[in-house]
Amino acid sequence: MAYQFSQDSEKRFQRLIPQFPSKRSLILPCLFLLQADKGFVDKEGMQYIADRIGDPISLAHVHGVATFYTMYNKKPVGKFHIQICGNISCYLSGSDSITEHVCSKLGIEAGETTKDKKFTVDEVQCLGACGFGPVAQINDKYYENLTPEKIEAIISELEKQV
Amino acid sequence: MGLKTLLTTHIASPDSHTLNHYRSVGGYESQKKALTEMTAEQIVNDVKNSGLRGRGGAGFPTGNKWGFIPKTDKPKYLICNGDEGEPGTFKDRLLIEKFPHMLIEGMVIAAKAIDSHQGYIYIRGEFHKGIRIVEEAVEEAYKAGLLGKNILGLGYDFDLAVYSGAGAYICGEESALINSLEGRRGHPRLKPPFPAVSGLYACPTVVNNVETFCNVPHIIRITGDEYKKIGTEKSPGTRLFAVSGHVKKPGIYEVEMGTPMKELVYDICGGIKNDKTLKAVIPGGSSSPILNAEEVMTATMDYESIASLKSMLGSGAVIVLSEEADLVETTYRLAEFYSHESCGQCTPCREGTHWVKDLLHKIKIGEGTEKDVELIFSLSRNMEGGTTICPLADACVMAVRPTMTKFKGEFSARLKKEVSISH
Repeated sequence: MAYQFSQDSEKRFQRLIPQFPSKRSLILPCLFLLQADKGFVDKEGMQYIADRIGDPISLAHVHGVATFYTMYNKKPVGKFHIQICGNISCYLSGSDSITEHVCSKLGIEAGETTKDKKFTVDEVQCLGACGFGPVAQINDKYYENLTPEKIEAIISELEKQV
Repeated sequence: MGLKTLLTTHIASPDSHTLNHYRSVGGYESQKKALTEMTAEQIVNDVKNSGLRGRGGAGFPTGNKWGFIPKTDKPKYLICNGDEGEPGTFKDRLLIEKFPHMLIEGMVIAAKAIDSHQGYIYIRGEFHKGIRIVEEAVEEAYKAGLLGKNILGLGYDFDLAVYSGAGAYICGEESALINSLEGRRGHPRLKPPFPAVSGLYACPTVVNNVETFCNVPHIIRITGDEYKKIGTEKSPGTRLFAVSGHVKKPGIYEVEMGTPMKELVYDICGGIKNDKTLKAVIPGGSSSPILNAEEVMTATMDYESIASLKSMLGSGAVIVLSEEADLVETTYRLAEFYSHESCGQCTPCREGTHWVKDLLHKIKIGEGTEKDVELIFSLSRNMEGGTTICPLADACVMAVRPTMTKFKGEFSARLKKEVSISH
């Protein structure tokens, strides 16, 4: 069956419509709904968004928007997406050792996903939590003032949840 | 001078984000005053009198910005820029999570000032917690009649919606943010026309930072004239400084403008981590030119003092670097940031930021030469001063060139064959 918004996403979509005078403004929020449903944004989902918004929005436009922004996953990611900030303040607080530790524990390089699809690790630019570095974002949650021991414990805890 | 709370007075209260708490400490009284006792012109004049300058980075006088909105029948839009993304900057997240109602109140007052009936709070997408808190606060405000149709029964309508960014630093630039809100790539627009004339949906639009809006209820409460007595003559008010890097107590501190930088670093933040020597401070977010230790001792935290040192107060993000900091590495990381975040519209920025980053990488790993240093300076001249639509390329230059000039020895020491490289 072709993709369509989940029941929850459909509800959210309906609530979004009256907030904007132009339907084009719905593209970014719709891409988040698609990602919430599927875990990443794919061509089928983007075509669906273009069709739902209409007015006339092409797949090319939706694709152009999706590829501009870093928060839309263009390919599937692991159940836990570990994003470690490597920019100046986190670097000064020792973020390199966190990235190295996570990669070595999971046996992958930054940018890769573990074979069992549980974890994806990415080094990202500033997460806006510079006073509490090193910082990692795992799915929707921030983990601050990290040490190799702390991140090790967090990963062990997440492994239990899988 | 020193620590002074205006916005963060009730920071210690665990429920400071709730409507109940906010109202219990006098919240929404300024909104009531603005909607019942003041005309739009009086609000604009009060904010002009206060001398409030935008807290996002550019420091433009807020009242003047509001005054540019033309009197037309077109809808006027009000946008809060909560797309905090400049390395070193993390102050707006605190306001968003702890004082969402202060932000909403400030926006309603600003809405009346410019005759806007629709506003958006654009928050960087990574701030999931903040987005949820603001959404809940907006819902609370609607239920209490503080937003929506006929606010407080006074006949004024203002709707407010929360919009999540999707991970693009450039969307902090106001015209890129507007494009993003319109469902496009976050490409900055050519100006003029400025957003005040043609912004969101080609209508007059005001975009202000989170901290700027949060100041507004306080200005209305105590009056612009009283507000102006805080801080310095040309930089009135308090400022939230986000301090990170090599200090003992990094964090967000609200201080009176004009506080000596030395006091902020040594007294308020506890001094340099591991009791090392101070090497430098980046005073206003990663794009503000670096100050050496000598300059830090003379600087005060206000727009004029930092400008006299050829830098900027910018977003109020203070990054402290001790003798342990490797400035070649930090400069490379900043160039990497700007090359990653260039939107790609303008060649000097798209190509220049990447080129500078690659050259700094060469220097970092000990493969660079004097020619590479010269090339960075030559590229910098072609990336600044209006060669691009927005100032991202200029920001990259400001993050790189002053450091390479002031700390020349550190870069020279890394050039090929001069020293052994441990990386």
